[in-house]
Amino acid sequence: MRDKKEKTENSRRKFIQQGMALGASAVAGSFLLSSCNKKDEKSGEKVNVLSPDGHVLEIDKESIHNCRPAAADRKEARKGIPGRKFVMVIDLAKCKNARKCVEDCQDMHHLPLHMEYMKVYLMKDAKNTPPYWMPKPCFHCDNPPCVSLCPVGATYKRSDGIVLIDTHKCIGCKFCMTACPYSARVFNWEKEEQDEQDKEIAYSPETSIPRVHGTVSKCDFCPEMARAGKLPSCVTACPNGVIYYGDANEDAVSNGEEIVRLSSLLVDKGGYHYAEELGTEPSVYYLPPVDRIFPVDKGLDNMSEEIRNRYRNFAKEV
Amino acid sequence: MKKNVRDFYNLLSFARQLDSKGLFGFVWMFVIICCIIVGFVALFSQIIEGHAITGMRDNVVWGIYIVNFVFFMGISYAGAIFSGLLVLLKIPWRAPIIRITQLVSVICGLIGPLYIFLCIGRLDRVYFLFIYGRVPSPIIWDIFAMITYLIGNIAFLFLLLVPDLAHLRDTNELRLAPWRKKLYTFLALNYKGSPKQQKDLTSALKILATILIPISVLLTTILSWIFGMTTRPGWNSTIFGPYFVFAALYAGVALVLVIMWVFRKRYDLQDYITDLHFNYIGIVMIIIACIYAYFSFNEYFSMWYSFQKWDARVMARITDFDRYGWLFVFTNFIGIIVPILIVSIKKLRSIRNIGIASIIIILGMWVKRYISIIPTLETPLFPIQDSRIEYVHYTASWVEWVLTFSGLALFLFLITVITKIIPIVQLTESLLNKEAREQKANS
Repeated sequence: MRDKKEKTENSRRKFIQQGMALGASAVAGSFLLSSCNKKDEKSGEKVNVLSPDGHVLEIDKESIHNCRPAAADRKEARKGIPGRKFVMVIDLAKCKNARKCVEDCQDMHHLPLHMEYMKVYLMKDAKNTPPYWMPKPCFHCDNPPCVSLCPVGATYKRSDGIVLIDTHKCIGCKFCMTACPYSARVFNWEKEEQDEQDKEIAYSPETSIPRVHGTVSKCDFCPEMARAGKLPSCVTACPNGVIYYGDANEDAVSNGEEIVRLSSLLVDKGGYHYAEELGTEPSVYYLPPVDRIFPVDKGLDNMSEEIRNRYRNFAKEV
Repeated sequence: MKKNVRDFYNLLSFARQLDSKGLFGFVWMFVIICCIIVGFVALFSQIIEGHAITGMRDNVVWGIYIVNFVFFMGISYAGAIFSGLLVLLKIPWRAPIIRITQLVSVICGLIGPLYIFLCIGRLDRVYFLFIYGRVPSPIIWDIFAMITYLIGNIAFLFLLLVPDLAHLRDTNELRLAPWRKKLYTFLALNYKGSPKQQKDLTSALKILATILIPISVLLTTILSWIFGMTTRPGWNSTIFGPYFVFAALYAGVALVLVIMWVFRKRYDLQDYITDLHFNYIGIVMIIIACIYAYFSFNEYFSMWYSFQKWDARVMARITDFDRYGWLFVFTNFIGIIVPILIVSIKKLRSIRNIGIASIIIILGMWVKRYISIIPTLETPLFPIQDSRIEYVHYTASWVEWVLTFSGLALFLFLITVITKIIPIVQLTESLLNKEAREQKANS
């Protein structure tokens, strides 16, 4: 969709990027700012925008499309957004493995195809229970084993419930990866491919860009989007409204189509935590796969051979 | 007993060990150094290419580097516990063994931590551990306890060496090269063997032994906590602390026996490392083997019997004969039963057989670490659904194997070089046996 490798040539846009400080992002951030969108096609249509320091600028309309809000710096990113407690609810009844959440997440975090922060599993709990598709982000546990084990405090829990990784502090010992019971974390094994392409972007633990070789990264719950009042891309990308994201303190979650009360959603549909017995208290709830809209097989339709291969062994067991 | 306890050894018996020149020694060193050089090549390519060059991937994030780390550190802690006990319990026949246990302990303690560095993705940030170290992390406990331990352990080895070094400095029996004399003079720290010096040395040794034994037990336990403190099936076990301690002692006693065997054979030290020593250490080995087998049985039996979903999956993987089944049989049956039989049946109890049994134990204990670490990592709660085979099953890459064998070569290198300088047997027996004799006289 977006070409990540092309360099920005528009100096004006660069100016905006650099001018974007965190403090201003709350005010101006919601409608412009372009650290992620590197599309260089020009529509020819110009629009006037207000920069954080009060200048009116005229820029190409294409440049402000799909932009990404500015994220907090490393220090600020440790604090969390005051008064928030971010949660996610995933309705397994609606998932058909469309993989849009995976792809848009990869796009948003500038990940190569083989790295997935959001994964979709084919699950089957018991012999006679039906198989179902299960999207799995990081659970952002309230009692996170990864955080308590980290020897340098590179991964941390914020006041708003989000667990982030400061890849500039991570020593790559992978202890957190063995500690995470949900396989939420991925390691940056390859030396090339990262660092280079995102060099110009200022690092923030909130965006996890640019990735750093030899460190751990994972789903970050997109707090920079939340700062701008937007939903993470996995939520908006889903064609079936499977994923709800919101604030437990406000008791409201949204899947991009509707806004519902978190408490009534969980009560009405029987929300639960995956592997609750571990006591990790995840921030991600699941709604059971009842009255499913799609048969499980549909999830493999139109998928590439590589994706089908992933589930081959498991399908045999099923 | 009297035959084994001598006040002073005949130094000439050690002339071959300290000063041997021959084709075999040359070839031996050449092969070892070649192995180490190949290890540096592998290390260099890992630094250049990054961790992608290893067999480790997102599910199995720790491979045989951690296996080696646990293996070497376990032996090291066991060596320290043995030497501490030999000093504290005033064992009268300890003198020919204590140097071996101490050397094993110090050398393995120096090699083990190297494998941790190989596991770290950002070597350039290792110093963060000291700047940003967090007390709640077991890794930090391990690092600080390990540094304390290594310093104490080297001091322990050195203190017991001082009388020997002084003896070698003063004697002219061996016709040592001048540089050796200088080295001994420097290292002997002006030790003259006066009653006060002897007294101070004995109490220093006792204090160090008293500190080192609990520290070693604690460190082995912390090592087990790196696995036990996670929520992973197969690791999260309350038995892991003592289990690791006895696993460490088991591998440690085997390595001590192998070194006793090799040195006795190579340098004709039958008069010092006697059959009696093999018998005694063999009995110690049987006791440890039984306790270790008991722990193993407890661990696997409760995992198998209760049949919890996740534990059962790990058990199924370990006992799957297409994967780890044969390794399981080797480490848990052959690695325990064969050594016990060899030592306990009098007909089989020759020194060569004990040596072979010890080698089986050492291999078995390495495999044991492998099958307690890798299968658990291959069995996460979410099934691994990946089309890339290297993400599903761990296979160590050439880099990892080369660095493993270089670690072994480094061990052999260090023990060869060190035993060229210091005798493998505690020469100045008097210091150690004084208490024993006093005790005997009193009784």
